[in-house]
Amino acid sequence: MWSFIHKLGSPKWFYRISAKLQPWFWVAAAGLIVVGTVWGLLFAPADYQQGNSFRIIYVHVPAAFLAQSIFVSMAVAGLVFMVWKIKVADMAAAVMAPLGAAMTFVSLFSGAVWGVPTWGTWWMWDARLTSMLILLFLYLGVIALRGAFTSRDSASRAASVLAMVGVINIPIIKYSVDWWYTLHQPATFTITSRPAMPMDMWLPLLMMVLGFYSFFIALTLMRTRNEILRRESNKRWVRELVEEAK
Amino acid sequence: MSQPETAKLAPGLKPHLKEPSENLSLALKATLKRDLVLMLRRRGEVLNPLVFFALVITLFPIGISPDPNLLATIAPGLLWVAALLAALLSLDSLFRSDYDDGSLEQLLLAPQPLPALALAKVAVHWLLTGLPLALMAPVLGIMLALPGGSYLVLAISLALGSAILSLIGAIGAALTVGLARGGVLLSLLVLPLYIPVLIFGAGAVQAAIAGDPVTAHLAILGALLAVALMLAPWAIAASLRISING
Repeated sequence: MWSFIHKLGSPKWFYRISAKLQPWFWVAAAGLIVVGTVWGLLFAPADYQQGNSFRIIYVHVPAAFLAQSIFVSMAVAGLVFMVWKIKVADMAAAVMAPLGAAMTFVSLFSGAVWGVPTWGTWWMWDARLTSMLILLFLYLGVIALRGAFTSRDSASRAASVLAMVGVINIPIIKYSVDWWYTLHQPATFTITSRPAMPMDMWLPLLMMVLGFYSFFIALTLMRTRNEILRRESNKRWVRELVEEAK
Repeated sequence: MSQPETAKLAPGLKPHLKEPSENLSLALKATLKRDLVLMLRRRGEVLNPLVFFALVITLFPIGISPDPNLLATIAPGLLWVAALLAALLSLDSLFRSDYDDGSLEQLLLAPQPLPALALAKVAVHWLLTGLPLALMAPVLGIMLALPGGSYLVLAISLALGSAILSLIGAIGAALTVGLARGGVLLSLLVLPLYIPVLIFGAGAVQAAIAGDPVTAHLAILGALLAVALMLAPWAIAASLRISING
């Protein structure tokens, strides 16, 4: 078990194993997203209250899922890096951050577009919207902090600490924003009280969520491989790899 | 376990150092005293956040409206946001001068645990920034026509809340102290983490105005303070080590 983890921690070994794993995740992502999109957009029944505008859910919900999961994965990778000094974990954390920020933005933007037909406004200070906006700021903070250091080692450790501090705070922020919302505004709209979905709506959503996760894993593997090549460019095995490619 | 036994084995040797706990309390007292003296010698740095607080509060009636009824409704939020920004403004100097003259490195090299010494520094920061802000807020509340009965709650919530702000802010200050232009980055890192404190702090004052019980809000602020006291010193210490090595 431990030797497996230490092997996985070696960039060279990770580079080899991820080359084998990567295609499977790309295939899964492409298949699930294509089928989920076609099913969701063309064949799923229209919502009896919201009509066709509800179909934004097929982008909105998977993006929101990813936005939160990526932050947690980033913090876990940061913890692994800080505790066991596994470099690959930090490389993964570094490449995850922009994707997480992008997913947070996508979920906010798709939410705003969805808000126009359902609420009649682009933005509401709803508890969920507000906590997603704060999550976006947390992502931007981690990315900015990593970019601010000249020494890569300090940047990695600082970003890891901040990601861990952030992940401890996310539940507190979420809980307090819920409290704040219920204190200040009467509930004009709640997502949870919507009627349960029929299977025809729910299955494509499940496929989209799984597809987005596969996409996240595939992209993280690919970008971590790039990061390995960039950071280890003076190692012999990378040079040999480049020589072979020539 | 083995230490007391070896001490028994060599009765003729007198211990050169005092008990570790006594040593720590000495070091804590010395750090507290040193920081207090240093801060009190630079009166400007102590006064600046207070002047900033008063100035920002002056801007709002000018920018929005001098109407006392309108001001009274937004006063709790204004006072809390302005105090939060004033506390943020003072953060950059928390470790800056110690970093510049090298005494921060001495703090890191000290045999006493760094989290405890960092906590002493944060305590001095709160004593000379958070507490004066909390004492000053009721005076500014009068100027904003804050309804009676909420003044004591305003001061208590700010005193509790600013301690949390100092603790969380010190993590950001420690992460950015090695950077040449850490100021803007510091606010990006720290402000999202301040949101729960703002919600419960301003919420307590609003509850007091509405005549609702405030103990729930103050209890949650106290709980947040307890969690911050427990976890923040470790994060501050880790961040200081990152900043010094980088």
